[in-house]
Amino acid sequence: MSTVAGHYSYWMTIVLIVAGMYILIARGNLMKKLLGLAVLQSSVYLLYIAPAKLLGGTAPIVAQGYTVYSNPLPHVLILTAIVVGVATLALGLAMVVRIREAYGSIEEDEILARDRADDDRAPDGAR
Amino acid sequence: MAAVVVALALQRNLFGAVVLFGIYSFLMATVLVALDAVDVAMTEAAVGAGVSTVLLLGALYLVGGMETKPLVRPLAPLALSLAVGAVLAYGMQGLPEFSDPQAPIHVHVAPRYLNQGPKETGVPNVVTAVLASYRGFDTLGETVVVFTAGAGVIALLRRRQKRK
Amino acid sequence: MTGDLVLRIVAKLLMPFMLLFALYVQFHGDYGPGGGFQAGVIAATAIVFYAITFGLAAAQRMVPERLVERLLAVGVLLYAGVGFAGLALGGNYLDYFVLDPDSVHGQHRGIFWVEAGVGITVAAVMLKLFYMFAGRGRDAGDA
Repeated sequence: MSTVAGHYSYWMTIVLIVAGMYILIARGNLMKKLLGLAVLQSSVYLLYIAPAKLLGGTAPIVAQGYTVYSNPLPHVLILTAIVVGVATLALGLAMVVRIREAYGSIEEDEILARDRADDDRAPDGAR
Repeated sequence: MAAVVVALALQRNLFGAVVLFGIYSFLMATVLVALDAVDVAMTEAAVGAGVSTVLLLGALYLVGGMETKPLVRPLAPLALSLAVGAVLAYGMQGLPEFSDPQAPIHVHVAPRYLNQGPKETGVPNVVTAVLASYRGFDTLGETVVVFTAGAGVIALLRRRQKRK
Repeated sequence: MTGDLVLRIVAKLLMPFMLLFALYVQFHGDYGPGGGFQAGVIAATAIVFYAITFGLAAAQRMVPERLVERLLAVGVLLYAGVGFAGLALGGNYLDYFVLDPDSVHGQHRGIFWVEAGVGITVAAVMLKLFYMFAGRGRDAGDA
């Protein structure tokens, strides 16, 4: 099909997004979840940069002898997105470290079980 | 890259998973260079394969290195992820083909920046010109976000009393 | 001990080049790929490299924590300050062309200071994150 060859970059991006989302949802370990989130964010960068490329063009730095340039606007967006992504990752990691110190574990089901045990022992007024 | 991500999903040793993530970031930076996105590739290589991996390793030291439980019947998350992938594939049919010069993205705003940018700002790197001058407010917001992340981590991880 | 020695000598040789490269990327962001973010991250990784090789205490003697915390805010204030300079000289907030009689030169000035502010903040944040994660010991009694 012509659409498969023409849309090859989109297919690859979809595969990576699905894989990242699967790691994020299916794993109970908090560190694995953060890794899945980081992979998901990286794949979204590819989703934006791939349409910006023009075959036969060059990087968007104006120089003598080149007339066709790649589109600079998605580059600007994704530059911001990368830095915001690492800020998110750093905050998430700090929270995981604190959760580990408070609960003693970073597996999601163990943390939920400890929360429920604490709630059973000292129930809230609204329960 | 798909192979690396699948290996990352199946890997139970967290240290190995972090190393695989570093490899994935580096491969992504290489692909970005092949797509002529040089600024983005440099940032992704420095931030993703550099700083992110260092921070993950630091947090891993504080947290412990093994994922203890093997996964039991992950059918519902797999189905959900594949459903999202199917929706994305359906929506992607309407997008323009790879490297189509008549795509809407290349026709409206970008030619103005590419033609007028160096003349108005005197800066040949159009990405830097757009980032710092035309869309300067966005960059101000992003700097504040980075500052907030630093302040947030300080608030979360600062110890009140002296360590013994 | 020889492995340690090789690492230390290579680190001492490489660090000035890494810092120089960070400065190069910062100031050549106008003519090639680069700019504030990349330069900030490269400068932070240079000091992280020093900390990994020589120990966290040595790195904190060289770049104290208080300094890094101050630099965090200085970068953002520098960026916002350029905006206010644009206001004070008659344009809108973050207008660069009023900063100099020649409007293109004004753009150059504005972009220079703005990228410097971004680079300082990003470098300080990345370094502070590393200090926080590396300086926090494991609590006693963990597996």
